[in-house]
Amino acid sequence: MRAPLSWLREYVDLPDGTTGRDVATRLIAAGLEVETVERLGDDLTGPLVVGRVLAVEELTGFKKPIRWCQVDVGAANGTGEPQNIVCGATNFRPGDHVVVILPGGVLPGGFAISARKTYGKVSEGMICSARELGLGDDHDGIIVLPPGHEPGTDAIALLELVDEVLDIAVTPDRGYCLSMRGLARETATAYGLPLRDPALLDVPAPNADGYPARVEDPEACDRLVLRGVTGVRPDAVSPLWLTRRLQKAGMRPISLAVDITNYVMLEIGQPLHAYDHARLSGPIGVRRATAGERLTTLDDVKRVLDAEDLVITDDSGPVALAGVMGGADTEIAETAEQPLVGQPQGTTGIVLEAAHFAPVPVARSARRHKLASEASRRFERGVDPEAAPAAAQRAVDLLVLLAGGTAHPGVTEVGGPGTPTRITVPADHPDAVAGVTYGRETVVRRLQEVGCTVTGSDVLTVTPPSWRPDLTDPNDLAEEVIRLEGYEALPSRLPRPPAGRGLTGRQRLHRRTGRALAGAGYVEAPNYPFTGPAQYDALGLAADDPRRRTVRLVNPLDDTESGLRTTLLPGLLEALRRNHGRGAQDLALFETGLVFLAEGDEPAAFRPAVTARPSDEEIAALNSALPRQPRRVAVVLAGGREQNGWWGPARPATWADAVEAARTVARAAGAELHVENATYAPWHPGRCAALSVDLDGERTLVGHAGELHPRVVKALGLPDRTCAMEADLDLLERAGAGVVEAPRIASFPVATQDVALVVDADVPSAEVEAALRDGAGELLESLRLFDVFTGEQLGTGRKSLAYALRFRAADRTLTADELTAAREAAVAAAAERTGASLRA
Amino acid sequence: MSAPNKSYDPVEVEALKPERIDAARDEALAAIAAADGLDALREVRTAHSGDRSPLALANREIGALPPQAKADAGRRVGQARGAVSKAFAARQEQLERERDERVLVEEAVDVTLPWDRVPAGARHPLTTLSERVEDIFVAMGYEVAEGPEVEADWFNFDALNIGPDHPARTTQDTFFVADDREGAAPDASGLVLRTHTSPVQIRSMLTRELPLYLICPGRVYRTDELDATHTPVFNQVELIAIDEGLTMSDLKGTLDHMVQSLFGPGTHTRLRPNHFPFTEPSAEMDMLCFRCRGASVGNPDRPCRTCSSEGWIELGGCGVINPRVLVACGIDPDRYSGFAAGFGLERMLMFRHNIVDMRDMIEGDVRFTRPFGMEI
Repeated sequence: MRAPLSWLREYVDLPDGTTGRDVATRLIAAGLEVETVERLGDDLTGPLVVGRVLAVEELTGFKKPIRWCQVDVGAANGTGEPQNIVCGATNFRPGDHVVVILPGGVLPGGFAISARKTYGKVSEGMICSARELGLGDDHDGIIVLPPGHEPGTDAIALLELVDEVLDIAVTPDRGYCLSMRGLARETATAYGLPLRDPALLDVPAPNADGYPARVEDPEACDRLVLRGVTGVRPDAVSPLWLTRRLQKAGMRPISLAVDITNYVMLEIGQPLHAYDHARLSGPIGVRRATAGERLTTLDDVKRVLDAEDLVITDDSGPVALAGVMGGADTEIAETAEQPLVGQPQGTTGIVLEAAHFAPVPVARSARRHKLASEASRRFERGVDPEAAPAAAQRAVDLLVLLAGGTAHPGVTEVGGPGTPTRITVPADHPDAVAGVTYGRETVVRRLQEVGCTVTGSDVLTVTPPSWRPDLTDPNDLAEEVIRLEGYEALPSRLPRPPAGRGLTGRQRLHRRTGRALAGAGYVEAPNYPFTGPAQYDALGLAADDPRRRTVRLVNPLDDTESGLRTTLLPGLLEALRRNHGRGAQDLALFETGLVFLAEGDEPAAFRPAVTARPSDEEIAALNSALPRQPRRVAVVLAGGREQNGWWGPARPATWADAVEAARTVARAAGAELHVENATYAPWHPGRCAALSVDLDGERTLVGHAGELHPRVVKALGLPDRTCAMEADLDLLERAGAGVVEAPRIASFPVATQDVALVVDADVPSAEVEAALRDGAGELLESLRLFDVFTGEQLGTGRKSLAYALRFRAADRTLTADELTAAREAAVAAAAERTGASLRA
Repeated sequence: MSAPNKSYDPVEVEALKPERIDAARDEALAAIAAADGLDALREVRTAHSGDRSPLALANREIGALPPQAKADAGRRVGQARGAVSKAFAARQEQLERERDERVLVEEAVDVTLPWDRVPAGARHPLTTLSERVEDIFVAMGYEVAEGPEVEADWFNFDALNIGPDHPARTTQDTFFVADDREGAAPDASGLVLRTHTSPVQIRSMLTRELPLYLICPGRVYRTDELDATHTPVFNQVELIAIDEGLTMSDLKGTLDHMVQSLFGPGTHTRLRPNHFPFTEPSAEMDMLCFRCRGASVGNPDRPCRTCSSEGWIELGGCGVINPRVLVACGIDPDRYSGFAAGFGLERMLMFRHNIVDMRDMIEGDVRFTRPFGMEI
């Protein structure tokens, strides 16, 4: 809502010298969001005067029409002689009144005017357009003023060019602030000054002589006022003060009747609609539309109506979308091309409609038809239901005053004052909410300033004013008191919560995972969770791969990415590709985040009432509608895991680094990780590890790691040999061993035994290792694979695995016999389980 | 070794003559002094104090002497051998020191060589900023609560007093989850991508014991296209406290403590009235600009980029929890009251670290993230 300071002053006697900034500061403190204070005419210097065009000579020989004009500017030029001015506009003729800036003046934007030679003539000033004066965007021609202004009159004052405008963002609960009346009330309260309420008008009582009306949906329209004005002069135009106020408030002047309805809406907050009496047939009705009914709205859009739309009708059908926009068929004829000059039109009889519509139907229609109007904005936020008669009266008065019309004696009013809300609230409730002692007197005074009627002593009965439908609960009243007393006056007090238990295990693991991976050289890159089939195609997922079963969005930002991720890889690989595209070579990225796994048969979530706590069964039912959303961790790698340098060559990132990243995470979780060869998209079929843990006695798959399939690398435009790992962090957390049992540290000497075992190439080293461990028994302290060898002397399809075994006893130095026995037992177990033989 | 021989004249033992012993000693000392390296010294040692050295041989002859002469000769030989041994040790030490000095010089390296063999990793600043905020509240006794990102609209809207016709509940603002069940209307799922972390508060109120002091960090979603100042996916931190007798002053104190912990002593918050369905009274919270402390306001000579010379930085929304929300969660509003506050981490990260373009936080460029390290 744009509020000109000069307009506010009409309702509140602000102290002299009060600036827009001053008012803004007070209103902000009272809770209004004043976004800007615009200083109009700040950079405009006169002389800027009314001129009367005496003569016009068309100059020829130029690419565009140029006029050489003699303009009477009265005594403003010091001589009283006509001023010679060159002008490029053609929308005026001799006798018209125009706005002239004389040499020495400066137009907005620092455009200094001097007498200068142009088009072969000396131009002594300039005839101004609306845009040049900062009045609006209209640059079609120069301003032609309505008649009746003396040449030489100061146009800065006449056009009210110097002013300040407060632009206020109105929150949804403060519909009344979408009017000068509401803002003036806030300003008056903020300054402790009386308010002249523009809605306090004498309104004639309803009678049976008004335009007939029929309201079929009194819940959606609990008030309808119709008034008539006859004998409206079709050639009457909006006076300057009216058009200027509309412009400053951000509305475009259109025609006198429309300007008046807009003006009253801005002033009182009540949207009005003016119908051409001659174009209405039969009574005005209010009802729900029939599905498929049609209405062409004022914006010339043909709309097909929904059965929920509330419409205004006459005998011909819908003539307006109630509270949103009028229809073109009953429109008052307008003269849009000449905002400041009216051309004679045909409308002489006007029917004014001032209605109160419920917020919800208006909001729904506005949304359904994507048609947010000044009217719908107000109805959605709540219009004062008692303002309709006064607003209609105000519009009638203005039509009589400005258009020479006569008020029709008929007054139609359907519905009447509603039952006001009564709120019972302890007088110290605002104190309890704020943590401040205001006292009953202050509470009552503040509520009265808001417009409430207050009775009672310890317990107050409060009746909010009709323009505050948002005041329904005790806390609403508390807010009014606290904001008017000033939020800045609230003390700062720190509560003392009971002792907390710190982070949960899941939260601590999340942090440890991040630290462990970052410590290992990975950079965290969180990604959007939006995915689409193309990404899964690129990953080479089979048509029936469950990862393709995504939770989908109704309204995605990008129709090709309407699903939510079932794996972290697409987003993380895209981040890798982006970094690579920007020149990074050696990349190691990680991400932790939720994936969304729908089974596809989840029930729809319902909406329990909010008047009481839902039952545990209802909560469980709501939860069962949600897809599973486990937290995952993923890494991707490309280029060198170790860079080249003076220490030696680079070491490229391989499948083994990806598996190691899984081990790093598993270590952070305290979980024992099992690694097996696997075939799983999008990994290289020979370089993919399935990762699993023991969970509740069962081997449970938690993820995969390895090098990506070369086709995937190509399809996604990734660097060669890109590697990746993804694992379920929640499962790893559950598999965590909990409290670590401390080992006993023996100080007897260690004995080392190396064994080289030859096995078939496809025997997993993990199995050989497990067999060696089992066979070696308790004396084995540690075991490490230190070499893998293949070669001709082993025969094709064979490999040699060399292990270092370290033995130690807790209570003695091991004898050679014990050592040999343990070693042989280890080798025997490997031989039995994996076919291993000692390398010759 | 010669056996004792009483008939043998000790004076006749040539090797034990004093002049012979002195000569052998002097010869040894000269050789030690002349040894120019550890290898040479080792040879000198063999020659002059080894088993076959003159002094060792002389020592063996002492036994042949008659008792009265033994002591005399023994002392003489012992003194000579002691002198040689001492000289040898001194020379040995000297030569070793010389060798060490030479070798250590040879082994010197350029310690300014870089070591970026494995480039440093880093955590994303949005993650670490969230943790920083969590830690501040955990230190006060709060606990951290998490919840689903695909959420039932009852938790995301209804329970928060956001009615069915609230403008937030449109496809203009909120991502709706499609219902892919056979025969279902496409928008019948009743699920959304949560638009704030407030549903976590609702879940906590429904399931946790009172009093309740919680912080709810997490990802939230709104249908904004990504540009320099908007992102459809962003991170929020909300806090909620429900206890007996909590007031707006407690909220103010809590927020003041938070900004002081994050931005240093002397900063504080300012509340301005605003409107949110789930709080009443509601407020917008600003913090005093931690860089200029308001000194840039009306002072064109000292403009402040952080607060655009406004003196205050918008943080987010807060307020006293609307009693209707408590009722929907089964909490007695006559006994309990509470407050809640929420703010966006992206925004806070931007002004705290002078980030100009939102996209830098989104795109995962390692050049952006690395400097933030492990914690902020």
